[in-house]
Amino acid sequence: MTALDAHLLVQRGDFDLDLRLTIAPGEVVALLGPNGAGKTTALRALAGLTPLAAGHVTLGGRDLDRPDRRLWTPPERRPIGVVFQDYLLFPHLSTLDNVAFGPRRHGMPRREARAHAADWLARVGLAAYARRRPRHLSGGQAQRVALARALAVDPTLLLLDEPLAALDARTRLDTRAELHRHLTGHPGATLLVTHDPLDALVLADRLVIVEHGRSVQEGDAATITARPRTDYVARLVGLNLYRGKADGHTVALSDGFELSVAERADGDVFVAFSPSAVALYPDRPDGSPRNTWPATVTGVQRHGDNLRVQLTGPIGAAADVTPLAAAALRLEAGLEVWAAVKAAETRAYPAQ
Amino acid sequence: MKIRAAALAALLLLTGCGGDDATDTGTGAGTATSAAVASVSGTVTVFAAASLTESFTQIGKDFEAANPEATVKFNFAGSSQLATQINEGAPADVFAAASAATMKTVTDADGADGTPVTFVKNQLVIAVPNGNPNGVKGLADLTKPGAKVALCAEQVPCGAAAKKALDTAGVKLTPVTLEQDVKAALSKVKLGEVDAALVYRTDVNAASSDVDGVEFPESAGAINDYPIAVLKESPNKAGAQAFVTFVQSEKAKAVLTAAGFQAP
Amino acid sequence: MRERARVPLALLVPAGLGLAFLVLPLAGLLVRAPWGTLPQRLAEPGVLTALRLSLQTSTIATLFCVVLGVPLAWLLARVPFPGRRLVRALVTVPLVLPPVVGGVALLLVFGRRGLLGSWLDSTFGVTLPFTTTGVVLAEAFVAMPFLVIAVEGALRGADARYEEAAATLGAGRWTTFTHVTLPLVAPGVAAGAVLCWARALGEFGATITFAGNFPGRTQTMPLAVYLALETDLEAAIVLSLILLVVSVTILAALRDKWITSA
Repeated sequence: MTALDAHLLVQRGDFDLDLRLTIAPGEVVALLGPNGAGKTTALRALAGLTPLAAGHVTLGGRDLDRPDRRLWTPPERRPIGVVFQDYLLFPHLSTLDNVAFGPRRHGMPRREARAHAADWLARVGLAAYARRRPRHLSGGQAQRVALARALAVDPTLLLLDEPLAALDARTRLDTRAELHRHLTGHPGATLLVTHDPLDALVLADRLVIVEHGRSVQEGDAATITARPRTDYVARLVGLNLYRGKADGHTVALSDGFELSVAERADGDVFVAFSPSAVALYPDRPDGSPRNTWPATVTGVQRHGDNLRVQLTGPIGAAADVTPLAAAALRLEAGLEVWAAVKAAETRAYPAQ
Repeated sequence: MKIRAAALAALLLLTGCGGDDATDTGTGAGTATSAAVASVSGTVTVFAAASLTESFTQIGKDFEAANPEATVKFNFAGSSQLATQINEGAPADVFAAASAATMKTVTDADGADGTPVTFVKNQLVIAVPNGNPNGVKGLADLTKPGAKVALCAEQVPCGAAAKKALDTAGVKLTPVTLEQDVKAALSKVKLGEVDAALVYRTDVNAASSDVDGVEFPESAGAINDYPIAVLKESPNKAGAQAFVTFVQSEKAKAVLTAAGFQAP
Repeated sequence: MRERARVPLALLVPAGLGLAFLVLPLAGLLVRAPWGTLPQRLAEPGVLTALRLSLQTSTIATLFCVVLGVPLAWLLARVPFPGRRLVRALVTVPLVLPPVVGGVALLLVFGRRGLLGSWLDSTFGVTLPFTTTGVVLAEAFVAMPFLVIAVEGALRGADARYEEAAATLGAGRWTTFTHVTLPLVAPGVAAGAVLCWARALGEFGATITFAGNFPGRTQTMPLAVYLALETDLEAAIVLSLILLVVSVTILAALRDKWITSA
């Protein structure tokens, strides 16, 4: 059963969005992508704030937006709650009245709406802040009020636009955990728009990666982290990614370079390996079935306890080395080294 | 004879019988006045009541023609306003007021040079829309129910005169408005907002295409004197004196009479 | 104190001159005011009548402007439509028009022979010139641009996304306007209303042209001042001072109550 079934086609200047989305009740889907990929546009189209050029938005079996049938439901009549990126709490209303705003507009009597709002504030742990104005709340508190406000109308679909982006790192950690709890408890469908892979991985059951207005990869966190399909996703999950033609244990990349892989594969494949699988040597190493190539260091950055080394050569790659190894190699930009990856450390998977 | 001819020419000019005569009139006036006054020079600034606008503009041109070295500059406004400006030190050479009372505020402030001279009189008439659609014959007609009448406020000369005339006639009249000056009262008639207004005959003459004037006997008791005086602070006394004299010349009188003023 | 030291002279000098330029005429009035005869002048019956009429008409005119002007400002700020720039320019016409011309224009429309006035007269027997309603109309005509421009500026400055947030919570356009937009721009509306009221209070040209001058009915303070000026400069100064004191007092009181708290 699906709660949301949508095909979003939006034309905005020279940008166009073409995205299919389905979300089951209780499911949390993250729309992950770089800035300008069309994530927010998709969210606005679902909420009815940006008109569809074509396609449809169907929620709980009811068509909300279908340009081909001249059908359009204004935002105020969609059973959709939105948590905006900077929350947009009404500055002239108290926290309580912000949360009661939705229920009031849905016809709930004032007293009842306030009781309902108070209940929601208690659920997000802000019962003591009911009378405060939004400008007297911290970022994390404001985020929770915004969530309570959106959930107070019992939306069939909850939309969250970068819900944690405005928070500092420490608050983000707490709020993320808290948000996770509420999203798990939400019976409706949830779509989370974010450019932060960690938010997506922690909060979502399923990820949809968008680039340039198109979905480029979908799946659960494990699949996406193990088998990225675009450079963007590979960078997000921290893998080296190549595409080529496989013939048994050899994959020929487009520029002619050949990689040996452990698993048998045929046809169009991706090959991925972790930067920590790349070893660097001052001279050409020998022995064992390895992929080796001469490379030039273009940059060195700290990466956790190790150093991440950017390499150019027949193939570009990132390599993680220990500070000790780096010292032994006298690593610096411009240094010529040999890179090596064991076939066993690579993963090859079909590109189609 | 020559003076008569010039006056006639001026009259013709005023009634619109051809602007081509202007040069002739100019030379004629020059000969006429040169006998009386020596030619003067410089700028003569004249503060004159709004009701003098049309006639003084013409007289100014004639004066300049007679005194090629001189230039006349006018400031036309409500007399009382002008009096205030003069008393507050506005640089003027001549003041021509629409009432003796207004002139008095200047002489009281010791602003006039010598005694003001009354050079014309103006009489009230009832201004009605063209063709007099309501058949107004006298002041009594203005008190009919539903009749809307504009008067000038008592603080300005035409209002004072109207009050005097109404009192003389024993007519009780409730106007819909007390206008700030005579032109404003007249424009209410022109726009059809009121049925009648008590204004000067000169104003009706100047607006004869839009309004008609109805004379009424009681106006004789409320005739307004127009005094003129050289000002004490005048930077050009000779010019000022020449202009005041010129205004009283036959030629200027003809212009004023044509505009509806009466000789003093 | 430290703050003041940081104000650059290049700003301080023109600022001081600007203030002096605005305040000196007031000082002129104060210096020339006939303080000795002030009490009996104040007691003159016409003065209070004119003052009351002025306060009443300018307040009603302001309410009128708020009721019509705020929606107009909203339209200009929020709804793109062809010719919006032209409409925006037209709104400022009363600012540019000499008030007396504005009064004549009002007569041509609402006068007894005016485009609408003749119809109002024949259909409802309503005539506006020379009535207190006429005063309100003239004041509103001249003062409305101040309100519209202030409110439109406030609306453009306000974040329209709050309105989207309200929509996603189930608020229709009207509810959004009354519950979100209006409270958000309330300081702008208050500022606009104050400007509008002040302009209406001082309005002279359009009023005397359109509504005429009759004590107790259409003679507002500025008209009384003007006519006093015809005969008695000191009386005019007294009347001006009364108008000034009353309006400054009211504005200062409102400022404390609304504008600073907002």
